[in-house]
Amino acid sequence: MTASLEVLTPGHGVGVQDGGRTGKRRWGVPPSGALDLWLLAAANSLLGNPATAAALEIPLTGPVLAAVRAPLAVALAGNVTALHCRRDGSQVLVPAWRAIELAPGDRFEVAMPRDGIAYLGVSGGIQTETLLGSRATTPTAGLGRPLAAGDLLPCGPVGALRQSLPWQHDEGPIRLLPGPQDDHFTKASRALLALDYFSLSSDCNRMGLRLQGAKLSHSAKGAEIVTEGVTPGAIQVPADGQPIILLNDAQTSGGYAKIACAISADLPRLAHLRPGQQILFRWVDRPAALEALRGLHRRFEDWRGRRLSGFIDDAALYQHNLISGVTSGEEL
Amino acid sequence: MRFRWLGDAALTLDFPEPGLAPALAAAIDTLIAVGKLPGALECLAALRSVTLYFDPLASDPDSWRGTLSELAAHATRAPVRGRHWRIPVCCDSEFAPDLMTLAARRGMDADAFLAPLLATTVTVRMIGFLPGFAYMGAVPRRCQAPRLATPRTRVAAGSVAIAGPLCAIYPCTSPGGWNLIGRTPLALFDARRDEQPCLLAPGDQVAWQRVDRAEFDRLAATS
Repeated sequence: MTASLEVLTPGHGVGVQDGGRTGKRRWGVPPSGALDLWLLAAANSLLGNPATAAALEIPLTGPVLAAVRAPLAVALAGNVTALHCRRDGSQVLVPAWRAIELAPGDRFEVAMPRDGIAYLGVSGGIQTETLLGSRATTPTAGLGRPLAAGDLLPCGPVGALRQSLPWQHDEGPIRLLPGPQDDHFTKASRALLALDYFSLSSDCNRMGLRLQGAKLSHSAKGAEIVTEGVTPGAIQVPADGQPIILLNDAQTSGGYAKIACAISADLPRLAHLRPGQQILFRWVDRPAALEALRGLHRRFEDWRGRRLSGFIDDAALYQHNLISGVTSGEEL
Repeated sequence: MRFRWLGDAALTLDFPEPGLAPALAAAIDTLIAVGKLPGALECLAALRSVTLYFDPLASDPDSWRGTLSELAAHATRAPVRGRHWRIPVCCDSEFAPDLMTLAARRGMDADAFLAPLLATTVTVRMIGFLPGFAYMGAVPRRCQAPRLATPRTRVAAGSVAIAGPLCAIYPCTSPGGWNLIGRTPLALFDARRDEQPCLLAPGDQVAWQRVDRAEFDRLAATS
């Protein structure tokens, strides 16, 4: 029988995500997929899965899940913990960065990530039905729906059970490349974008982040353009002068002038920002954007190479301030 | 032809003549398929531009300038040969919440407003906004209307809508700011048809066939 996770409580905004739907923009299908592919890959690597195997993306309240039918393994990546409730009634707090096995009947209660989004990987990757080559949940495009109580998420059998030091992205301003419509903005507002703090409004989701801050004024060319292709990271500025950063589920095309685009290396970091948080930008050039992306790949490969396996380095985990109160670590 | 960067993983090619984009996009798709643009992933035809997406670490887009300019220069002005469609639309008030306002603004009744609109065959200009959402034009000038000042939070799937010189059909239930003048029972997008999930493609010609509510319900039950 196929091991599955049954959804007891869906959490808030939790959905299945994988590598997404590249190549379908011509049909108006957004790229979708995990907002932070690196963190998804990290969760999967703890289980021996391919980097883009489907997992649960957890932006706010975590789900409560139950293992059914057969043993399976789960692993959390991100700043998050979970409670493993065994059938015999015992409970263990499970930190991220450690794959554990769940027996049929065990419950797994994922807490709300302390910051940013988190991923819950499962053995073999979640095996829900694919739509247009992906299992990504993209309700705003009519593709799939958010998790609901009673859903069954088929998983593979238990494979690798690894643990690791946490993977973390670099910090610092979000780096931007100018354009493509820099001529639709005043010189002053282009300077302002990299000088002032912007904060995230409450209107943020997988389609985009609406920012609030200094008004970015348009030049005589105005806010509207002939509708053209957009991409995650593009920063549109409608007539009200408040920027919107597009993310993976954004429409494929848009008719607002774009003042800048976030570089690929910083895209995954945007996913971890929450309403009210401040964001700072910095202009870079193309060579710097490509070097940052190469650097990110190198850092991730380093992390993967240093992954601990087969023994617990609690000292290192504590040092990274990840465990706030594991009461019975020996049981793990 | 202009060549504009869209971040570090995409670029947009512009051209002044509308109607060229689908042909150029098809030509670029062919180049990608035969490996002539290493690292290129996909392209998207918009109204007056094509955006080309690529893997920034596996491609050298600067080296594509010559090939792409040549392609655009040779791309035929003749529009892509599209298919012809006759799409049923029911304009009952339940499906057309903006129809009375649009007609009244012109001092007409609903049928007088709809007659020139539904008699005009429109061309699919691009697919965008939502999966299978076809931007079609041109709507006769006397029927044109600006977008709603406040977009609706929920527009039903199948809604036939107009905005400026364009018309469209909402393929799935979504927020939307266009004026709703009817509804079709046809499915515009089916994610299960992996090879071609969209009913309409750029270059297709769409004529309207007005149907009453009974016919709408009959078609909706069979489609």
